[in-house]
Order: sequence, then structure tokens, then C-alpha cells
Amino acid sequence: MVLVVYLSLTTWGGLGVPQFTGLSNWIRLVGDPVAHRAILLTLILTGGSWALQTPIALLLGVWASGRQRNRAVLSAIFFVPLLLSSAAIAIIWRALLDPNFGPLTTIGPLIGMPGLDFLSSETGAFGVILFVSAWQFIPLHTLLYQGGARQIPESLYQAAEIDGAGRYRAFWHITLPQLRNTITTSSVLMVVGSLTYFDTVLIITGGGPGHATTIVPYLMYEAGFQNYQFGYASAVACVLVAFATLASLLMVRFTGFGKMRSTREGM
Amino acid sequence: MTATSPARAGQHARTPGPGTGRRRPAKRIGLRSWRHRPNLVAGLGAFVWFLVVGVPIYALLVATFQQTEEYRSAGPLAIPDDPTLDNYVNAVQNGLLGFIWNTALVTVGVVALVVGLAVTAGYAIVRNRSWLSDSTFRVFLLGLAIPNQAVIVPVYLIIIQMGLYDSLIAIVLPTAAFALPVCILILTGSMRDISDELYEAMSLDGAGPGRTFIQLVVPLSRSGISTVAVYAALQAWNGFLFPLILTQSAENRVITLGLYEFQGTYRTDIPGLLAAVVLATVPLFIVYLIARRSLVSGLMGVGGK
Repeated sequence: MVLVVYLSLTTWGGLGVPQFTGLSNWIRLVGDPVAHRAILLTLILTGGSWALQTPIALLLGVWASGRQRNRAVLSAIFFVPLLLSSAAIAIIWRALLDPNFGPLTTIGPLIGMPGLDFLSSETGAFGVILFVSAWQFIPLHTLLYQGGARQIPESLYQAAEIDGAGRYRAFWHITLPQLRNTITTSSVLMVVGSLTYFDTVLIITGGGPGHATTIVPYLMYEAGFQNYQFGYASAVACVLVAFATLASLLMVRFTGFGKMRSTREGM
Repeated sequence: MTATSPARAGQHARTPGPGTGRRRPAKRIGLRSWRHRPNLVAGLGAFVWFLVVGVPIYALLVATFQQTEEYRSAGPLAIPDDPTLDNYVNAVQNGLLGFIWNTALVTVGVVALVVGLAVTAGYAIVRNRSWLSDSTFRVFLLGLAIPNQAVIVPVYLIIIQMGLYDSLIAIVLPTAAFALPVCILILTGSMRDISDELYEAMSLDGAGPGRTFIQLVVPLSRSGISTVAVYAALQAWNGFLFPLILTQSAENRVITLGLYEFQGTYRTDIPGLLAAVVLATVPLFIVYLIARRSLVSGLMGVGGK
């Protein structure tokens, strides 16, 4: 980490010795519109990922913790995306979204849109990244929620039933509060994880079209390993770490997770 | 795999499902209440998600058995008229097995390193109440919050300085380092559950710390260890960034990079590309089937506390 901060103050082309140039990388970062946009996009992606993944994963997890027919089979299928590497997932989706001979060329005309070409429009490409990462990571968080939901004592539900609460009220007043710690854990993982969607972006869109999907990690890769400006890349890396740390701290503070409040009050 | 059409989800089976928590499911009370009736809304939601996950995977599998021409004309969801294994043969001829072999080597290296280090570190953290071990644990927890992209530049620099650039070891070291925090978290969780009485019994019988470790801690945290091993294997198998940055030549290429290269070469031969993807996933799938229980319960344990 210290090394990253030091390098961010230097100019280094990957060979020889880094030259100390003070704050020039930081000044460039502050004045670089591409970097501004990357930071903004990263924030949107993080927020969007959380808003999309948390509800789905929570509901699926709670459902999967119950006892239903076919649950085992369905769960097994749900977790397939966990096994595929990001690279594999990105390749699959890129193939599926291919505007020339992907499945969408078949589906497109059916809904009156010949040739759905998501990847060449800016919002479309960004949406694809958001969706594919959700598809990839929801299973993991579903697992976390499933574990959390299994630990909720059955007696609470029995009590709710005796008190005449219906299924939905029970979910709202028992399941959600009991899952508080799980929600925090999962959210921290999700936010830190979404700051690092790199493989997906590289393979599906390459940061384009324009810079519509150039998020912070990709910007760093581009600066460092394609243009050999390691000093600048390190400055970008510092921004990334600052975000990740800040996000984790905020969430832990905000949810009172650090205090480890018991969810077993009154039992 | 895709032929199962879920009937109405709901209706608990006669036997309660295997609870993974330590709490056994409470006894049934004799009422037939909403807790035991099918929940149609939830079942429907689950079914929708099943489609979202299942359809792409189905399309993937079907495409791999199609001729390229047929893939373009017939559309993605059609059953292939003339199933063929050519795509798989091509993928193998393009050196895919070599990439898989490299990945396997990396994976074995990472798992060995991570398990060795995490088990000993976990033991030290749980058993020593010293300032040093506590702060070590804090440092590891901090490592959880640092994305590996953030330190890739210094890692690259260090690997070059060590003269390891473009070797498999260059992938093993950082991958293992970044898998450690999560693994230590999982292991300390399972080691804390070993009761103090057991340690006392061991020391009364005259066992030193080393022997206690081998004979008590390792057997009792076996489930934690297997979870960690599976997690590390997953990380190593699917790692993309470190190989991308730290290796160059074809003989050190791992499978994720191999796929990435293929994508450049196979721009128009999607079935061929997808066949490579499937092949790359098969070994992992086998591991998953073997170790599913430990992986799933371990991941649940992280979120449940």
C-alpha cells in the first residue's frame, strides 16, 4: 500500500527507476474528464449493483432456506454461475449479445426491434455490465442469506402465527430484522466487489463505447498496462482503495455492525 | 439438467431438509398453517430466476453441439439437428488442455500455500491472546477491504524485481496472498468453536502445542479446512487479473487467459468458443459436485454470524 502511494508521486514507464515528480499525477487526475467520468460510473455501478442484487438475493435466499419440493434441484442450478469464472461468464454473454448472430437477432424482431444491439449504445453497454455482474454474483449472496435465514429460530415464527400475523407480516417483522447482520456482511462484500468488476468490462466492452463503461479499475489497467504510465495508474489505484475503505467503514458504522448488537433480544 | 420443470414450489417434504445451522428445526406443531402451505408467490419468483439462470446455460450447452453455420441460421434455442463434437475437438487441438494443465498446477500451488498458512495462522490467532496476534488478525481483516486491482502495480513491480515475471509462481504467490484474508476469517470462526476443556485435556495428557495442533485442532476444524481449500481452488481457477498482468508467453497461459485469447481468434465461430468455455468449467464442476456440502456450509457460516 505504501508503495502505491509512493509510486503515485512518480513517473515510471515500467523500466528503469521511477522518477520522483511530486503531485503531477494527482493534478492530472483531478483535471482528467475521463477519470471524472470513471469515478461517477463506478459509483453508479456500485449503487445500481447493490439495489439490484440485494433484494433478489435476499428473497431467493429466504426461499431457499425453506423446505419445498424441487428446492434442492433448483438450488443446484442457481449456483452454477458461482462455478464459472468471470472470463467465462463474460464470454458467454458477449456471444449471446452479439449483434450479428447472437440470439438477440432472433428475439429482437419478435418484440418489434430488429437487431437489438446493446453493446454499441452507451447506456445499453452499461446496463449489460450491470446485468451480467448481477447474474454472476447473486448466487453467492443468495447462499449467505440462505445461511442467515436458516439460523432464525422456528419459535419466532410460531409465536408470530399464534399472534395472528400472516406470512408477509412475519417476513417483514421477523425475517428482515433477524437478517440484519447478514445484510451488512453481504452488502460490504457486494460493494467492495462491485468496485472491482474488471474482467467483465475488459472482455465484454473493453471500456467502450466511448468511455461509457470505463470504470475506475479499468481506467487503471489502461493507464498502467497499456500506456505504461504506472505513476498515474497508482494514483487511480489510491482512489479505488479510498473508495473501498470508505464504503466498508460507512456501512459498518451505519448499521451498528461493529457493536455486534444481538438479534436475540427478548428470547 | 434443464429438463426438470419445477412443479408448484412449496409444500414442505415430510422430512425436514438438512439444517446447516446448529439449531435443529423445531418440532412440528399439529396445525396446518401458512407456514406449511405452499407459498405460490415465492415459488413463482424462484421459477423466474430459474429461467434467468437456466436459459443462458441451456443456450450455451446447445450451441456447443452445433455446426457454426447452423448456429447462425437456426437461432440459439433450437435443438441441434445434427449434433457434433467438432467444437470440442477443435478446442482441444488449439492447446486448451495445456492451459488447463497450467491452471491445475497453479490451483494446487495456491491451495497448498493457503491451507498451510491459514491453518497455522488461524491457530495462532485463536490460541494466543497476545497483542501481536490480535494486530495480525486486524491486518488480515483490513486486507478484506482492499481490492486486488488496487495493488496490482506494486505487485507487478515486486514480481519483476524477484525475477519471477512470466512464470506460474508469479501467479501463485499473489493469488494465494489475496485468498488468505477470507480463509483466515473462515478458519478462525471454526477454530473458536473448539472448547477450552479439550485444550486443557490435551495439556494434562502432556501434549505440547505442536502435538495439540496436529491431533486436536486439525481434525476438529476439518470442515473449515475443506471450505478454505475449495474457496482457494475457486479463486485460483478463475483468476484473471494476475495471469493477465504477470505472464506473457503461451506456455504459461492459464485457462481464463486462454479463453480470452480464443475470443480474439474465434470472432465468428461462437460455438467453438463456447465449447472451450464448457471444457474449462468441467474440472471445476467435478470438484463442486464432490465438495459441494463443505463449500456451501462454509459460505453460509460467513454470513450467518
